[in-house]
Amino acid sequence: MTAPALPASDTTAPSDRNGVSGDTGRERVPRLWHELRAVHALVHRDLLRLASQPVHTALMLVQPMLYLFILGGGLAALIPNSSLGGGYQAYLFPGVLMMTVQTPAIMVGIRLITDRQSGYVRELLMAPVHRPTLLLGTCAGGTLVATVQGAVLLALVGAIGLPYDPLLLLMLFGGMLLTSFTLTALALTLAVSLDRPEVFNMLLGLVMMPLLLLSGGFFPVGNLPGWAHTLAAANPLAYGVDLLRRCIAVRVPDRTAPTTVEWSGWQPPLLLEGTLLLTIGILALLWASHRFSRPE
Amino acid sequence: MRPHAEDEARTRATRTAATLSGAAPTSPEASGAGAPTAYAISTRGLVKSYPGPDGTTTHAVHGLDLDVHEGETFAFLGPNGAGKSTTISLLCALARPTAGRATVAGVDVSRQPDEVRRRVGMLFQQSALDSDLTAEQNLHIHARLYGLSRRHARLRATETLEKVGLADRRRARVRTLSGGMRRRLELARGLLHAPQVLFLDEPTTGLDPHARAQIWEYLRTLREQHGNTLFVTTHYLEEAENCDRLGIIDHGRLVAQGTPRALKAAIGDDRVALRTSDDAAARQVVGRLVPTGRALTLDPEGVSLRIPEGSTWIPRLCAALEAHGIAVHAASATPPTLDDVFFHHTGRSINTPPSQGDPPAAIPGVTPAATTPGRIPAAATPGVTPAATEEAP
Repeated sequence: MTAPALPASDTTAPSDRNGVSGDTGRERVPRLWHELRAVHALVHRDLLRLASQPVHTALMLVQPMLYLFILGGGLAALIPNSSLGGGYQAYLFPGVLMMTVQTPAIMVGIRLITDRQSGYVRELLMAPVHRPTLLLGTCAGGTLVATVQGAVLLALVGAIGLPYDPLLLLMLFGGMLLTSFTLTALALTLAVSLDRPEVFNMLLGLVMMPLLLLSGGFFPVGNLPGWAHTLAAANPLAYGVDLLRRCIAVRVPDRTAPTTVEWSGWQPPLLLEGTLLLTIGILALLWASHRFSRPE
Repeated sequence: MRPHAEDEARTRATRTAATLSGAAPTSPEASGAGAPTAYAISTRGLVKSYPGPDGTTTHAVHGLDLDVHEGETFAFLGPNGAGKSTTISLLCALARPTAGRATVAGVDVSRQPDEVRRRVGMLFQQSALDSDLTAEQNLHIHARLYGLSRRHARLRATETLEKVGLADRRRARVRTLSGGMRRRLELARGLLHAPQVLFLDEPTTGLDPHARAQIWEYLRTLREQHGNTLFVTTHYLEEAENCDRLGIIDHGRLVAQGTPRALKAAIGDDRVALRTSDDAAARQVVGRLVPTGRALTLDPEGVSLRIPEGSTWIPRLCAALEAHGIAVHAASATPPTLDDVFFHHTGRSINTPPSQGDPPAAIPGVTPAATTPGRIPAAATPGVTPAATEEAP
């Protein structure tokens, strides 16, 4: 009982009286640094989770590989190389990369909802940082996990007849990072507006299949009727696939595959596509942060 | 039950020591001579209202004036839906007050919510850990969220794990831990950033007696070693009994606060119960003997009444009953319990589930005078056992 009376005289150093060690973590660091530590904490959490579930992670990689080698390998026999400017598997590759990053990106959205249900989000909200920081950290974690998973698939470029060109790999990696970010941000935008994971799953089940098919990842959209072109031009996945495919085309010029995104016959340049994806991602994240930060 | 009983005894000892050392919670001087911030928590006219259906307003907290001294263990009681959890959200700056002021750990809740959150720790009623990660990883991530450097985060994680007795389980996945261990881990998480004030929303609900005793053991050590202020809500009255002071909230307002002893003394009267061969006749005899105006109740259990100094009445009553040829089988005098106090102020026993539509959500517009004194017949003995305090699991 003497304990509270002793340090009550010093009002200047409230941290010291409770800490076991005198300098318990409340060192003077800039505000921004605190926020960055919080972002890092959330990214760290995602990486730890990834590492703690190796089987789960491996299984998530199985599906894109099935598509790449079984579907791709099977259809390759039907499709003449000439029509695609290269083997079908190489054509399919950007789409498969997209599938790979898409799954973990969506998982981030589902986890935000379940975390909110379990009360974990409330624990996060107790942290003395801005709420947008928390969402930014979640998004960064999801992006990183998605990219890491996609990077595993990059190791397979040799198996589908593409060269192990460091610059190509780097460009594909960058492209995946960008698309992962945009997809994660979009998933979070959806997640902050919904409060039940079932609704989220149902919506995705409804939307994901057409989006994937219209992304140009599996077949050129060019042969579909006009309305499909319009849909493809509004499909973020199409931009992602297009971006990745054109990264390949830059380094392996003989693979001039038909592109998907066209704005009334004009094909936007690579950089514009990238900027567009980034902008969509940032806008989505801003909107999600706004929703997330509404005070109770 | 055994460890729990031991624990009880120890708690009593601690409490006595606390009282002896002059930390009578009614005297703010106890926590530092003339220190300007003698209050760890202080609220004035705190209001939180939500827009209800059909344009009405629901007052979850309705003009709360609360003072908790530094270093004190304060129990916060109230029926379900009385505004306990809302109050806690307001005090740790998770929700913004609609009106009124609240200062926690010397910081205004509305003006510097981040600073408040840095100074308080929180153990939610329904807490959540990342069950795929280990105990240590959970703590590390939380510490980093609070802005601790990597080195400090690791240090604090180790320290707090030791403090709650989980050092040997640091590498265990949370999913493999028992309920009591998880609760302790959550406690450790709340302590990582060395908060001055710790909020605990039903910290022991759903735990077995042994685990409950352990939690309280850690809380007590914490408070003795570091002088933390503890703000606890609980449904276990014997836990409230061991706190320095307690407050009772009903319909968003504080209806009573004080030391358990003072609150019980305010009710004053002991409960005298008699079991006789003829209870109806006994009631008449007793009614003539005791001062008029004392509520006498007759139920299958026998005759009971509320009267000061209950035990001194027993010989007199027995003698009178014997003189009338009524045999007394049993006689007892029980001092008022906290459940009596709770019933007195809220009209409900803490152990009964809410029966009427009593959550504040049911009250449209401005809350009617919910706290009008005399709403509850003060002396009426609840049908529930007042001795529940002693026997609650």
